[in-house]
Amino acid sequence: MGTFHQGKSELHGITVVVDTDGPEVFVGRCDDEDDRGIFLHDVDVHCDGDGGRSKEDYVKRAAQLGVWKKYDHLLVPKDRVVSIRRLGEV
Amino acid sequence: MPYSELLVKPMRDELTSAGVEELRSAADVDAFMADKSGTAMLVVNSVCGCAAGMARPGVRLALQNDRRPERAVTVFAGQDMEATARARSYMSEIPPSSPSIAFFKDGELVYFLPRHRIEGRDARAVASDLVAVFNEHCPAPVTA
Repeated sequence: MGTFHQGKSELHGITVVVDTDGPEVFVGRCDDEDDRGIFLHDVDVHCDGDGGRSKEDYVKRAAQLGVWKKYDHLLVPKDRVVSIRRLGEV
Repeated sequence: MPYSELLVKPMRDELTSAGVEELRSAADVDAFMADKSGTAMLVVNSVCGCAAGMARPGVRLALQNDRRPERAVTVFAGQDMEATARARSYMSEIPPSSPSIAFFKDGELVYFLPRHRIEGRDARAVASDLVAVFNEHCPAPVTA
């Protein structure tokens, strides 16, 4: 048994990769999605090329063990979002 | 802030009734980690049903396997803060994740199942991952 959450996005509680039209890619636990964007908890962000790693390199590494959060909560504006996918499916 | 113990108790019981020992303090965790012999599984339990609701029954199913860890313990993230923080200190290279499951052999972390590999899967799928680890690392049971 556990706690479940009604009325939220189907991705609620799922760790997702949110790619943007800019250099940033975000990994965090999805809380909800609405007209404003995607609300994430425990979020890390990577900028393309930082540390010599592309966005995809970063995502592959994140998929192995997870991410160290930089933000407790964060909204990724809807007009910036290019894709959203489950980290567990990377 | 921790949830009410009334809410959390069934989530504790779901593991302890399967023989998983709860570690409630940092001292409990230190004592567990000090014994580096054999195989041991550490479950980081969690309230959220999105993942923990599958992790716990997955652990229960996996522990029915012939080969299983000699010791199975759990800490409760968000509830037993001190014990959870101490458990995570033994896996300091791995980002905090709850629920999650760590498997140790002779004191060395050999497998880690993070939350995002539990989310959206059912208990059988989680158990299948664990059983594969048990079969690889745990000795066969001795038969008379």
